[in-house]
Amino acid sequence: MCLAVPMRVEDIKGSRARVESAGVIMEVDVSMVPEVMPGEYVIVHAGFAIERLKPDEAEETLNLIRQMVDAMEEDERESKGPLGRIGR
Amino acid sequence: MKYLEEFRDLELSHKLADGIRRRVKPFQDREIVLMEVCGTHTMAIHKFGIKGMLPESVKLLSGPGCPVCVTPNEYMDRAVALARREDVILTTFGDMMRVPGSSSSLEKVRARGADIRMVYSCRDSLPLAREHPDKKIVFLGVGFETTSPTIAATLEEAEKQGVRNFYVLCGHKLIPPAMKALVENRDVKVQGFICPAHVSTIIGAEPYQFLADEYGIPCVIAGFEPLDILQGVAMLVRMIIEERPAVMNQYQRVAHLRGNPIAQQLLSRVFETCSSAWRGIGEIPASGYRISDALAHRDAGRVIDVEVEPLREHKGCRCGEILQGLIDPCQCPLYAETCTPENPIGPCMVSSEGTCAAYYKYVGIQPDLSKGGQG
Repeated sequence: MCLAVPMRVEDIKGSRARVESAGVIMEVDVSMVPEVMPGEYVIVHAGFAIERLKPDEAEETLNLIRQMVDAMEEDERESKGPLGRIGR
Repeated sequence: MKYLEEFRDLELSHKLADGIRRRVKPFQDREIVLMEVCGTHTMAIHKFGIKGMLPESVKLLSGPGCPVCVTPNEYMDRAVALARREDVILTTFGDMMRVPGSSSSLEKVRARGADIRMVYSCRDSLPLAREHPDKKIVFLGVGFETTSPTIAATLEEAEKQGVRNFYVLCGHKLIPPAMKALVENRDVKVQGFICPAHVSTIIGAEPYQFLADEYGIPCVIAGFEPLDILQGVAMLVRMIIEERPAVMNQYQRVAHLRGNPIAQQLLSRVFETCSSAWRGIGEIPASGYRISDALAHRDAGRVIDVEVEPLREHKGCRCGEILQGLIDPCQCPLYAETCTPENPIGPCMVSSEGTCAAYYKYVGIQPDLSKGGQG
């Protein structure tokens, strides 16, 4: 039930936006992501955009994963690669 | 789809899994038990064969994070009673239709003429309410912190638009108190949590901090794709081996450590926390939402009178233990015998995200003895 998918924002009118993914276009509420701009991706759940998706962070995570794999291949006992960010 | 495929890279997934294997190799006898709290993770783990990629010693247990599964009989019985009223149109997410109550289900009462509409969004109830001013439109508010802000927003919208005949039967639940209840149960031996991606998108990292600080259990907020889950497992394994429990965020592309403050404000305006009953687990303090007194006139539980049938639990159903990761579905005597996706007896078999339904679909009838169970 908590499934939510990334969809691209086409246009915005007030708190409503038209979003698209894989050819499917729908209208969603964007009042929880007021700073969103057309062209950006949002995470859509039950007719509401619950957050924006940050492409640079997606890239960074993929890079971290690659580095992590390299580091784990490099040394079996000692970990060298970054593993993400500490919560607090 | 953009930002999904990149995180489904099979080659990189296997490399990551190999890395985890190498990391736990020096500790071969040491079992590392992790729990994915969320049903969407459970489904993804089965769908992408994650358990098969991981070393034997790393076990993944499924937790109580399927909202349909943890909704107790008394809620379903009240929903059924509301649906039977001539002046009510019930709106609901589709996966609630087949959830068994004490003696009936929404699907059964609809077959006998009750007006029940499946909706994609709670918001779809508002146009319906305007079209039917003589009826009471009651939405079944079920779901965790991902979903409850959408119901809160709809309740506020109804106030703003002056839609008088819209109500919610509130059965919303909160994830962190359920995790607390789990770790306080001595039979549950979870060493690390994969935290739900979209619940965390709303609530942030802070609500899990007590698990690391007070119980020494590391937590990772992880996305739902294979690379997300495997990276989350790698982060947890490392924290467990190094004995440095913390709350980490793997799902940085969406979830902020502070969560979504607008959604959090919505929740605190519309709801109050209360003790709540989880199917099979029982009452958990401060684990539910009730509609605040200011919006009491929209609370179907308080303002629409119905006679609810006496509570009856299903004999033999072991969903409660399955929801806590205490047993595997195949250890339930009903699993795949009398309880199947076509004819579900327990709620874990009803929802596609339920542990039993995912197990039935991807593992089948044969017990998978090597993985995932403690019993």
